[in-house]
Amino acid sequence: MSSREKILAAVRANKPDLQPLPDVIIPVREEGLIEEYRRVAEGIGAKVYEVGGIAEVKELLAASFEPSQRIVSPLEDFADMAEGIEAGIDPHSFADVELAIVRAEIGVSENSALWVPEGNVSQRVIPFICQHLAILINRERIVPTLQQAYSLIGEINYGYGVFIAGPSKTADIEQSLVLGAHGPRSLRVFIVG
Amino acid sequence: MVKEETQHKGLTEHSGLADIFNRDEQRVNWHDETLWFVRSKRDKAAHSLPEWELLRETASQIKHNVLSDLDTYLQQFEEQALINGVTVHWAADAREHNQIVHSILKKHEINRMVKSKSMLTEECHLNEYLKEHGVEVIDTDLGERIVQLAEEPPSHIVLPCIHKKKEEIGELFHTHLGTAAGESDPQVLTEAARQHLRESFLTRRLALTGVNFAVAETGEFVVCTNEGNADMGSHLADVHIASMGIEKIIPRRKDLGFFLRLLARSATGQPITTYSSHFRKPRAGQEMHIILVDNGRTVQLGREDFRNSLKCIRCGACMNTCPVYRRSGGHSYHNAIAGPIGSILAPNLDMKAYADLPFASTLCGSCSNVCPVKIDIHDQLYKWRQVLVKEGHVSPVKAMGMKAMAFTFAMPRFFAFAGKAGRVVMKYLPFVVSNKLNPWYKEREMPKPPKESFREWYKRERR
Repeated sequence: MSSREKILAAVRANKPDLQPLPDVIIPVREEGLIEEYRRVAEGIGAKVYEVGGIAEVKELLAASFEPSQRIVSPLEDFADMAEGIEAGIDPHSFADVELAIVRAEIGVSENSALWVPEGNVSQRVIPFICQHLAILINRERIVPTLQQAYSLIGEINYGYGVFIAGPSKTADIEQSLVLGAHGPRSLRVFIVG
Repeated sequence: MVKEETQHKGLTEHSGLADIFNRDEQRVNWHDETLWFVRSKRDKAAHSLPEWELLRETASQIKHNVLSDLDTYLQQFEEQALINGVTVHWAADAREHNQIVHSILKKHEINRMVKSKSMLTEECHLNEYLKEHGVEVIDTDLGERIVQLAEEPPSHIVLPCIHKKKEEIGELFHTHLGTAAGESDPQVLTEAARQHLRESFLTRRLALTGVNFAVAETGEFVVCTNEGNADMGSHLADVHIASMGIEKIIPRRKDLGFFLRLLARSATGQPITTYSSHFRKPRAGQEMHIILVDNGRTVQLGREDFRNSLKCIRCGACMNTCPVYRRSGGHSYHNAIAGPIGSILAPNLDMKAYADLPFASTLCGSCSNVCPVKIDIHDQLYKWRQVLVKEGHVSPVKAMGMKAMAFTFAMPRFFAFAGKAGRVVMKYLPFVVSNKLNPWYKEREMPKPPKESFREWYKRERR
């Protein structure tokens, strides 16, 4: 008997009687989402900007980054300040990226997480390998909790997707918080609209 | 150091190992306070959500459903993963798991790899196995890398090097990573590790990650990190292996909404980990493997009193709150998973080797109160004690003591006599109990004996 058959047979022999899946509705607050989003995001080390449009985002980024630094973005709106991201090429070639600019599909106010599916980054490694990350999110796409986020994601068949909340960090040395563990040292969130 | 002393003194039990940890009182106090601080952050996060108890109850029920239909979910998960283009392996035990990992390495002629945090691979002693077979493994979680350089196991499932002071880490980094002698600033040390590990990420062709949740409905698995190390490893590697215990399954994608809301808040008080990565398909040109590991889990599933331990989502809240864990350190549990949850999981794997662990508890119940999936941890600790005594796995002295106690409690008159005798002895001959032969006297003052027992007082007052 293969290990697969052995394991499945042991589970069948030892499992308890069937217990039903719960069906619950979690109460939701709909007010003050943007304020909550900002408070939580800033609490975990992100910078939050509420902007009217793309031009304002560019202005803010141009103030912090030099044109000589490598900036990448899959967004056509940023073609004048960032190189595009080709899907098929070797992901190692992005090792020297200073700033990546991407768009999130959903924001979650309770924990400031942003849902970034693979299609929004072209290359999975982009939001991790860059030194700094900027994420745009449309104001009306911010929902209260992860429960609403997952109902928006629904049954979309992505290959990969990630919730990102704040910059990469660690507190492994004596519980001292240090931003910039392996991923981006900073996260800028632009709430657009 | 701990390992050598253990062998030297023949110490293999929690109490003896805790003695070693307790030699440095300042460090014990620091350890205690730091973990309590993490526990307080957990409380703050939990109390900020009015629906917290509803989330816990729901997550608990989902896990009960999973355990009661695990074979169906495992097959559904496998079917979906195969459709997604992922290779699925089944490992009956640790040995088979390690062999599968090694066979994948051999197939690709790879002898250097990166690994993000996976308690399962600690349980399976994968690193040691691969080292014997000439494979270099670099642990990429900062805390895990630190204990790896120190040649120690992690002492906590979420905070692997919580037992280390920054000066010791500075020394390790000075030796291995070339930081300046005496440098102990966490910011500087973390930056040095970032540079060192970035080189590893960019040069290793195989990455292994753990799995926090695996969704039966879609065949995807979720990995949670704060550092981004699981993603840096897997997105740059040609081959990604994800190792998971079979109990990590959840039914539907939307169930993640409950578990991800509970996990980080329970673990560290964060609202969510920085990254919650959902892997469903290998990226173009990449090979992805999932290894489903039993290693005693199906046996535990068959133990009615203990099967609920399989609901665990490895947040570590029970450790942070445990008065014994905080003051004895993770290594005193001599098991991959320490603390209260480790103490109910370990005897399932080997009753004889881990017979001491269910006794390393005051049964205060704090662990059960903070558990995000409502495992009855302290009840199980109590029940394991019964099983272990019955099966003859506790020391004759402890067994005799428990028998004497059971005898005394079952005989009201003898109980009254023994109580009185004890009070008289403690009053007039305190040295009979206040000496080194009485383990209860260790690190404690014996209480002043009361003048009379409650029973005597009650009799008198009733008159």
